[in-house]
Amino acid sequence: MLQPSLQQARRLPGIVAWAMRPLPLFPLEFALVRLLAGILERHPDLVGRLSGMERRRIAVEPDDLPFTVVLELQESTISLRIVRTLDIIPVHARIRGPLPVLIGLVDGVYDGDALFFSRDLVIEGDIEAVLALRNAIDDADVDLLGEVAATCAACGSPIDGIKRALEGILRAVLKTANRGHVQ
Amino acid sequence: MSRISLSLGPLLFNWPATRWRDFYARVADEAPVEFVYLGEVVCSKRQPFFSDVLPDVIARLERGGKTVILSSLALPTLQRELRYCAALAEASQMVEANDVSMLPHLAGHPHAIGPFISVYNETAARLLIDGGARRIALPPELPMASIAAIAGAAEGAEIEVWAFGRIPLAISARCYHARLYGRTKDSCQFVCENDPDGLRVDTLDDEKFLAINGVQTLSHTYCNLIFEAQELAKIGVSTLRLSPHTCDMVGVARVFRDVLDDACESSRAMRLLRAIAPDTAFSNGFAQGVNGATYVVR
Amino acid sequence: MTPHGPRTLELVCPAGTPASLRTAIEAGADAVYCGFRDETNARNFPGLNFSRDEMRASISYARERGAKVLIAINTFARAGDPGPWRRAVDDAAAFGANAVILADLGLLGYAATTHPRLRLHLSVQAAAASADSINFYVGRFGVKRVVLPRVLSVAEIAAVTRAVSCETETFAFGGLCVMTEGRCSLSSYATGKSPNMNGVCSPASHVSYRQDGDCLVSRLGEFTIDRSDSGRPVGYPTLCKGHFRTTAGQGYLFEEPVSLDARRLLPELRTAGVTAIKIEGRQRSRAYIKAVVAAFREALDALAAGTAVPIESLASMTEGQSVTSGAYRKAWR
Repeated sequence: MLQPSLQQARRLPGIVAWAMRPLPLFPLEFALVRLLAGILERHPDLVGRLSGMERRRIAVEPDDLPFTVVLELQESTISLRIVRTLDIIPVHARIRGPLPVLIGLVDGVYDGDALFFSRDLVIEGDIEAVLALRNAIDDADVDLLGEVAATCAACGSPIDGIKRALEGILRAVLKTANRGHVQ
Repeated sequence: MSRISLSLGPLLFNWPATRWRDFYARVADEAPVEFVYLGEVVCSKRQPFFSDVLPDVIARLERGGKTVILSSLALPTLQRELRYCAALAEASQMVEANDVSMLPHLAGHPHAIGPFISVYNETAARLLIDGGARRIALPPELPMASIAAIAGAAEGAEIEVWAFGRIPLAISARCYHARLYGRTKDSCQFVCENDPDGLRVDTLDDEKFLAINGVQTLSHTYCNLIFEAQELAKIGVSTLRLSPHTCDMVGVARVFRDVLDDACESSRAMRLLRAIAPDTAFSNGFAQGVNGATYVVR
Repeated sequence: MTPHGPRTLELVCPAGTPASLRTAIEAGADAVYCGFRDETNARNFPGLNFSRDEMRASISYARERGAKVLIAINTFARAGDPGPWRRAVDDAAAFGANAVILADLGLLGYAATTHPRLRLHLSVQAAAASADSINFYVGRFGVKRVVLPRVLSVAEIAAVTRAVSCETETFAFGGLCVMTEGRCSLSSYATGKSPNMNGVCSPASHVSYRQDGDCLVSRLGEFTIDRSDSGRPVGYPTLCKGHFRTTAGQGYLFEEPVSLDARRLLPELRTAGVTAIKIEGRQRSRAYIKAVVAAFREALDALAAGTAVPIESLASMTEGQSVTSGAYRKAWR
């Protein structure tokens, strides 16, 4: 079992959670859509690994934040939207966990199976789609901070505020993730 | 279409010697089966129990007109087990190899390949036939299409298919009967003898799932290919294997024989088999190309 | 030579993706095993495995770093349709793989005849557990190495290794099959998908989890595999690690959801004459590969140098969050 202190380290720092609480969803969604587009552009093999999983919708729910990211696997891309509740949008699978854990998964710091075995991560629904997505992301070797910088450089000044916010959050959670990582 | 024959597979469970002898005596006299496989397949520790009565039983079966084939262990690892297998190859009866370790001993002699050797395609079957295999019992998980492809290319060998009885699903070095009773395999005290058809394994939601038999795991359901019997004959299968259970196996063999001889409708035969084994669930999922646990009604 | 000092046991590591292959080699793998993205390999999982281009590029990458690539083509070719399996062998040979890992008698025959210079390893899926059996494959197909089934004790491994005319490789870490591999139809009984035919065991497509009050119920097809109270570590619903009930008692009838960790047995395995040790987990992430491969590299280097190595826990990486030495200790039986 993980030590309690490590469990705690994987939680989002309170100040970050508080800062994100009032964030309007639209600019955040805009920023994440651009970020995802950039990742897919720089990692063209990622979508290829998802063949056979078309039209599956996966909800990614940071359990310390008041919104859910919904990813839809499509033929040659992945679409993204942010919702406050899943009542209006049916999904095939749900991945729930603290934001640092979810970010650490994308960044390759964590092993998804180990998090699942320890129950830091809760998965429901279409496990096959979740596994395919996990494997595709793991192979892409995504550098999230680099992706944020690249995305923001491409967008210019209108999202400077979001860039600063995202980078701040990322640094905080990656630091947390690395600290919480069991060697 | 050539006449399809029936075989009685090796008894997989731990029966007392008297029951064992009486069972085969009745088979010798009454069961319409052409082939009877004898010998311990699952656990070498059980061998001494019936080795004394084995010669008599062989003689009795042969007097009854049956062809006796001696089955080898599925997972020999100990030196004594390997020596036993090597000695078995010297028998005057045909030997069924249930592990590749038997093949060097049988090379060039006519022999049988048991369902525990992984023969999944015609290339593997041909290779074994070239080495002297004259009978090949296919792994029970093969779907009809694979059975047809192999049977169609297996000139020189008779193809046999698992048609009745709990399906062997796995074999291990670990004894699950002993483990369940808090014992090790070496000090098992033969607890598997409590369960002459295997010990039922249910899920925590009370679904009937598997059965354990020492180091072997079987299906809860009894495979029953009575509705497929005619079709199997058509695609070139030459023998249907019936696996011994405590239910009336002579009755089971008669029902299969009647269906193959067009003396009984399949649906009536199914009712008769249900009456013979009233407490069991039947399955044909493997042959039908779906999960083995289900019965596909056509 | 890779910069890891003198070799004792060859460290064979898993890779489900090209990124994992690079991670494994950076972390100190001597050899990496992987498969094509289809049903020809026994880890045919969604999103996993190598396209032809990825395989070609990965072999170059490995070769430049002095590491080997072993391609697992270890399912059994479908009757009437050997094409995909034969093409996999042909491509592995064409790409310059260091060896192919096979189990199917028919495919072994094809590879030995068509590519006589291709090095053949016998997969654990062939379930060759005795010297008689292994020597059959050596004599018939010229197999150079056998991956031993996870059913033998260390003493038996030593005896087998002495008696066979090829190298032996044995599992040292990861998910533990309690059943003899290559002979297990539990998964196809419950789901219709089999390790031997489809390259999957307890496939994700048939897995579901259901919250039932405080309990997490994990199901495979139509069967409940386990119910875990909240807080208790949870396992993937692999059939043989399930919690079941009989009239004589209930529990993990076959095996607890634990993983194998044989690091403490490395000296014994080396003495037994084993050539290579293998880490399981082609389906696992780069984070797992990095942590496990680095730990084994450290252990093997210490073994070679004759120094003691502190064995830090890898339990957090494993199913059930705990480890066992499995069948290597005879009492396991």
